[in-house]
Amino acid sequence: MNPAMNESSHTPPLVEISGLCKWFGEFSALYDINLQVNSGERVVVCGPSGSGKSTMIRCINQLEEHQAGTIKVDGREVMPGMKQIEEVRRDVGMVFQSFNLFPHLTVVENLTIGPIRNKLVSKTEATERAMHYLERVHIAEQADKYPPQLSGGQQQRVAIARSLCLQPKIMLFDEPTSALDPEMIAGVLDVMIELAEGGMTMICVTHEMGFARRVADRIVFMDFGEIVEVAEPETFFNSPRTERAKLFLSQLLGH
Amino acid sequence: MSIDTTSDNNPVERRQRPLEGFHWGDFMRNARQVGSAVLTFMVIGWLIWRGAAAMEYNWQWYRVHPFFYRIVDGEFIWGPLYWGLLETLKLAIVSGILAILIGFITAFARMSNSRGGGLIATWYLEAIRNTPLLVQLFLFYFVLAPIFGIDRFWSGVLCLAFFEGSFAAEIIRGGIQGVDRGQFEASDSVGLTVKNKYRYIIVPQAMPLILPPLTGLLISLIKHSAIVSVIAVSELTTTGLNLISDTFMAFEIWFIIAGIYLVLTISLSMAVGQLEKKMNVARKSNNT
Ligand SMILES: Nc1ncnc2c1ncn2[C@@H]1O[C@H](COP(=O)(O)OP(=O)(O)OP(=O)(O)O)[C@@H](O)[C@H]1O
Ligand SMILES: [Mg+2]
Repeated sequence: MNPAMNESSHTPPLVEISGLCKWFGEFSALYDINLQVNSGERVVVCGPSGSGKSTMIRCINQLEEHQAGTIKVDGREVMPGMKQIEEVRRDVGMVFQSFNLFPHLTVVENLTIGPIRNKLVSKTEATERAMHYLERVHIAEQADKYPPQLSGGQQQRVAIARSLCLQPKIMLFDEPTSALDPEMIAGVLDVMIELAEGGMTMICVTHEMGFARRVADRIVFMDFGEIVEVAEPETFFNSPRTERAKLFLSQLLGH
Repeated sequence: MSIDTTSDNNPVERRQRPLEGFHWGDFMRNARQVGSAVLTFMVIGWLIWRGAAAMEYNWQWYRVHPFFYRIVDGEFIWGPLYWGLLETLKLAIVSGILAILIGFITAFARMSNSRGGGLIATWYLEAIRNTPLLVQLFLFYFVLAPIFGIDRFWSGVLCLAFFEGSFAAEIIRGGIQGVDRGQFEASDSVGLTVKNKYRYIIVPQAMPLILPPLTGLLISLIKHSAIVSVIAVSELTTTGLNLISDTFMAFEIWFIIAGIYLVLTISLSMAVGQLEKKMNVARKSNNT
C-alpha cells in the first residue's frame, strides 16, 4: 500500500513517544503515553472531548511542555526549554482547528514568512514554493487576498499549505474540520487525502470517520489522558476491544 | 469549489446603496449642542471679566504680542514664548521617544522567562508608580545629575521618560497580551524564532491596540513636561513664570500659556484621530 511502510522495519520511527506524562497544575492530562509513528504512516487519533488528544500532539512540537517521558522526532529528543526547538518545529507541520492564519499578511506572505525568516530559502524561491503548494490545495487564485477575506474552508487549506511550505517530515492535524461549515469540510478532507496518498506522514486528530477509514493505517483511541486502544480502522470500527471505545463509537454514530 | 465573488454575474455588486441626504433633524440637534456650549463659555468668560474688573485688574492684552515676536528695524525676532514652546516640544519629543523605548524594553523584560529581567522591570515599575513625580525630578536633578554629569534639560528628559515609560510598559504589555494565543502558537509551529515571532507577527497585530492609549500618554507627557519648570528648564511654563515676574501680567500670561498647551494637545489628538481613522479604513478593506 505504501512503499515507506516496508522500509519502516529498518529505519527508526519518525515520532517516538514513550512514557509521556503531562500535568496542568495538579490535573493529569496525559499519563504514560507510548506511541511510535513510522515514516509514511497515517495515524488517526480519536476519543471523547477532554481526553488529551490535542495535548498529546501539541507535546510533539512543544506547544505544550511535558513533565515526564521522552519524545523523539526523527531520532532527536525534544525537551521543554530546549535551545534548537525551532529546528524541530520546522520538521513538524501543524494545522489548528481555528486555522490561526496571520490576518495582517496576505495569503502568499503567510506561506513565505516561515521559509524566508528562518533563512531556509531566498524570497523568490519561497514565493515559487508558496505558489506550488497553493496550487496543490486548489487555491492559487487567492494568493494576494488577506485571510479574513476567505471562507473557513479556504483558510484551512491555506493553513495546510503554510505548513507544507516548510517541507515538514510529518504533519499534525488538530481537528482541522470541526470549525468548518458542513459544505466546506469535503474540500479540506480532499486535500488531506491527497497529502496522505502522496506519502506524507500524518497524525490526525479527527472525528471524520469516513476519512479515518479511507486513509488511516492505525486508529489511536484515547480516554482520560491514556491510549486505550490502537487498531487498524476496520478492526476498530467493526469490533472495538474495549468497553470505552464501544461507548465512544456508539455515541459518535448515535447522533 | 469556492464562490467567486468578483464575477460579472454577481448580483450583489449591482445593488448600490443610495447616497445619504441632508438630515434637518441631525443638523438642528448639532446646532443646539454647539450653541449651548458657546453660551456656557460666554457666561464663564463674563464672570472672569467681572471678577477681574471687581479686583480692578488692569488688562493689558495689547502688550502681549511681543512675547511671541517683535519686528525691530524691519527685522523679525522671535519672542520668549516661541522659544519656550520650542523647548517644550523638544522636551516632549525626546522624552516621548525614550519613554516608548523604555516601555518596550520593560514590557519584554516582564514577559520574558528571565528572572533577573523580570525583577528589574517590576522594581522599576513599582518605584516609579509609588513615588511622586516631583520627588523623582528632584532625585534626578539633585542626586543623579551631579553624579553622572547631566544638565538640567537632560535631567528633565530622563525623569519624564522614566515616568511615562512605566505607563508605556503596561500599555505595550496589555497590547501584546491582547493578541490571540493562536497567533503565538502558529508562529511557533512555523519555526519562527522568538525575535522574529514578535517582530513580524505579534507586535504588528498589537499596534492597533497599543497606539490609541500610547498617544494619550504622549499628550499627558506634554502636560507633565510643565513640571520641569521647577528645575528651571527654560520651557513654556518657566518662560511664563519669568515673563510674569518681569511684567506682572499674571492673568494674560497664564491664559496664553494654558491656551498654547490646549492648542498643542488638541491638535495632536486630532491628528492621531485622523491617523486612526485611516488605519481603520485600511484594516476594514483588508478584512471584508
Ligand atoms: N492550558 C490548559 N490548562 C489547564 N488545563 C488544560 C489546558 N489545556 C487543556 N487542559 C485540560 O486537559 C485535558 C485535555 O485537553 P485536550 O485539549 O488535550 O483534550 P482533547 O482531547 O483535545 O479535547 P477536545 O476534543 O475537546 O479538543 C482537558 O481536560 C482540558 O481541560
Ligand atoms: Mg482538542
